[in-house]
Amino acid sequence: MKYIDEYRDEKVTRGLLDEIGRIVTREWKLMEVCGGQTHSILKSGLDQLLPPQIELIHGPGCPVCVTPLELIDKAIALASRPDVIFVSYGDMLRVPGSERDLFSVKAAGGNVRIVYSPLDSLKIARENPDKTIVFFGIGFETTAPANAMAVAQAKRQGIKNFAMLVSHVTVPPAISALLESPDVRVDGFLAAGHVCTVMGYWEYEPLVKKYKVPVVVTGFEPVDIVHGVLMCVKQLEEGRAEVENAYARSVRREGNEPAQAIINQVFEPCDRPWRGIGVIPQSGYKFREGYADYDAEMRFPDIQTIATKESSLCMSGLVLQGLKKPNQCPAFGKECTPQMPLGATMVSSEGACAAYYRYARFVNPNATSNSKEQTSKLQTSVV
Amino acid sequence: MCLGIPGKVTELYQANGMKMGKVDFGGVVKEACLEYLPEIQVGDYTIVHVGFGISQLDEEEAHETLKLLKEMDMIAGELPELADRQNDS
Amino acid sequence: MISSWTCPLPLRNYPTIVMGHGSGGKMMSDLIQHLFTPLLKNDLLEQLGDSTVIDFARFANGHQPSAISHQRLAFTTDSFVISPLIFPGGDIGELAVNGTVNDLAMSGAKPLFLSAGFILEEGLPMETLGRIAASVAAACRAANVQLVAGDTKVVNKGHGDGLYINTSGIGVIPPNVNIAPNRAQAGDVVIVSGTMGDHGMAIMSVREGLEFETPIKSDTAPLNGLVEAMLAASPQIHCLRDATRGGLAAVLNELASASNIGIEFDERQIPVRPEVHAACEMLGLDPFYVANEGKLVAMIPGAESESVLAAMRAHPLGKEAARIGSVVDDHHGLVVARTGIGGARVVDLPAGELLPRIC
Repeated sequence: MKYIDEYRDEKVTRGLLDEIGRIVTREWKLMEVCGGQTHSILKSGLDQLLPPQIELIHGPGCPVCVTPLELIDKAIALASRPDVIFVSYGDMLRVPGSERDLFSVKAAGGNVRIVYSPLDSLKIARENPDKTIVFFGIGFETTAPANAMAVAQAKRQGIKNFAMLVSHVTVPPAISALLESPDVRVDGFLAAGHVCTVMGYWEYEPLVKKYKVPVVVTGFEPVDIVHGVLMCVKQLEEGRAEVENAYARSVRREGNEPAQAIINQVFEPCDRPWRGIGVIPQSGYKFREGYADYDAEMRFPDIQTIATKESSLCMSGLVLQGLKKPNQCPAFGKECTPQMPLGATMVSSEGACAAYYRYARFVNPNATSNSKEQTSKLQTSVV
Repeated sequence: MCLGIPGKVTELYQANGMKMGKVDFGGVVKEACLEYLPEIQVGDYTIVHVGFGISQLDEEEAHETLKLLKEMDMIAGELPELADRQNDS
Repeated sequence: MISSWTCPLPLRNYPTIVMGHGSGGKMMSDLIQHLFTPLLKNDLLEQLGDSTVIDFARFANGHQPSAISHQRLAFTTDSFVISPLIFPGGDIGELAVNGTVNDLAMSGAKPLFLSAGFILEEGLPMETLGRIAASVAAACRAANVQLVAGDTKVVNKGHGDGLYINTSGIGVIPPNVNIAPNRAQAGDVVIVSGTMGDHGMAIMSVREGLEFETPIKSDTAPLNGLVEAMLAASPQIHCLRDATRGGLAAVLNELASASNIGIEFDERQIPVRPEVHAACEMLGLDPFYVANEGKLVAMIPGAESESVLAAMRAHPLGKEAARIGSVVDDHHGLVVARTGIGGARVVDLPAGELLPRIC
């Protein structure tokens, strides 16, 4: 596939890895923000191939992991109603709520459907005039324009039996919060390439100036990620702290303005709780007044008060902030496994806990010549 | 977050007041909404996320950067194979 | 209307299945006589007794009757509950026959006889049932098996997804063959018979909301002919598994666990059709976890592997057979893949149903 295969090239990747190895002089902790990047890193085994001085911390850029428990419970309550067809992206189906997940609602006969595009949910609404179609509007800024368009279209086409349960989160406030936290020590960030495709990267300039931490906008394929790491390490080694773009084929400084316009038309920023982390100010979207009719929480007010019960054992919030490793959680591998997850970080394929679960049973001596140190590093962190 | 896949625009049309297109992803064709890419033409590449084009891929920039990255390739010698690992352990 | 129906008048009055078709009376008798029997006719089925009596000696691999008692029987059952009933490249009928034929073949057995139980949902169009019954018949002929016993029931509307089929099958295993999940040994070569992920992506491609325009066809096929060719090249095959639900990853994990060995494979060696690869990328799926219905995974002693691979490639269903890795005496129970960039990843059992993702 063009513009994918070239960025999975082994030789190019190795060349970049070697270059990092050549310039690195001390340990650096880099956080890749986006869950999609985490997924790519784990799938390609890239984290084991990096020079041992570079540690990648998997950040909270996973809407699956950070959607508040309360919202999952609300989604489940809506999906269980006979007058509702609940429509969602596939990712959310196995995320555990207080009692169960959307998948089990589906299995019990609830009308839960998966779509690829939010516009498909409008089609379902037109075909089922006797039901209310509720769409689970999760995602970062990348997905916000699509979700916004679905609502704008519903309004334009006069589709009344449609509502959206909004769970949008935005990235820069989260990075700000991480940088503010005295416990979190991240030397540099790999910013989320597709979020920046929509929003641009100008928002990171004041952050970089204030905290003196480099931010490199990074793509998703192995070559892109190593390229981002290289640029970040280079800045760190040279004592610079700037915003740089390692995904220029898709990202411009100003981002995609028409996409930003539709977000602003339908949504406005609001405070938002992140599961396991807490409320991050102005880190979410809510409907503007003109679209409040489409808010599922307004349409179904009885879901506004739902008692939630987060597992007392789960510490995914600490994991998401890079403060604890999954194997430091007492429930890891015992009460909490991918088959029976207590928290979202064990469910999501890019969740840090699920990733550790796989690697804890295996250590790869097949990596580069640095592998011995890499191996022992992995072993001690897993022990 | 953000599974976005590059594809080539093969057709453009309007539907429900939105700019839509057929996009060819390595041989699989699917419809996408291109409303956020007012300048995109047939033959251009776009990155598509949840059925929406979010950027027009800058092909020239891609070629230039890839060329530079390839020049950093200084491999000498063989790459380790999984099979060799058995000999080592 | 289905051309093979004889005296279709009784069926013509009923464009869809109704409860009466399952109640054992005239309507059911008409259904069997005018829809099923003409399509599936063989002298065993036409005994129409409560059970079908098989004179085994006539069928058992041409061996002398006295040797029959030393034969091993393979016996399997499977139920097919897929939706949609008809998909690019096949339908539930074909799947139901091939699935059971393949389960028998994976034990090294020559499949001989099948039974089929049909659970029909009230409201199922007769036309659909006719088409599926015709597929069952065609699949039996292609696999060289006979359907010798059948059953039909009807359930209320809302209780059946249109049609469910259960098939059971019997086959005979040649004496020098010993294939079982716990037989893999370090040094065995792992071979797949062809491209991975076709069936699952064919189903995805017609799933509501995920449709795409480029047809991807299911690979449903009976593998008994391929297995016979493989056994003729070498009867020393250790393991065979058809890579159905859960895909290649599920099979490798099950075998690693059952044989208590480790498996290592090279991702770059797995054959995948370009359109399946593209569709997987779009939906965020990994082809190793996607179901197949006409592909097998084999573990073969190293010394025999070249001749078996050659036999596979000479067979129409094994043209793209590829050696993908080996069995190792390390990380028992774990399957590890060498990735495209030379890293390694553990390929676990799939979590559950394959779901597209946006993240």
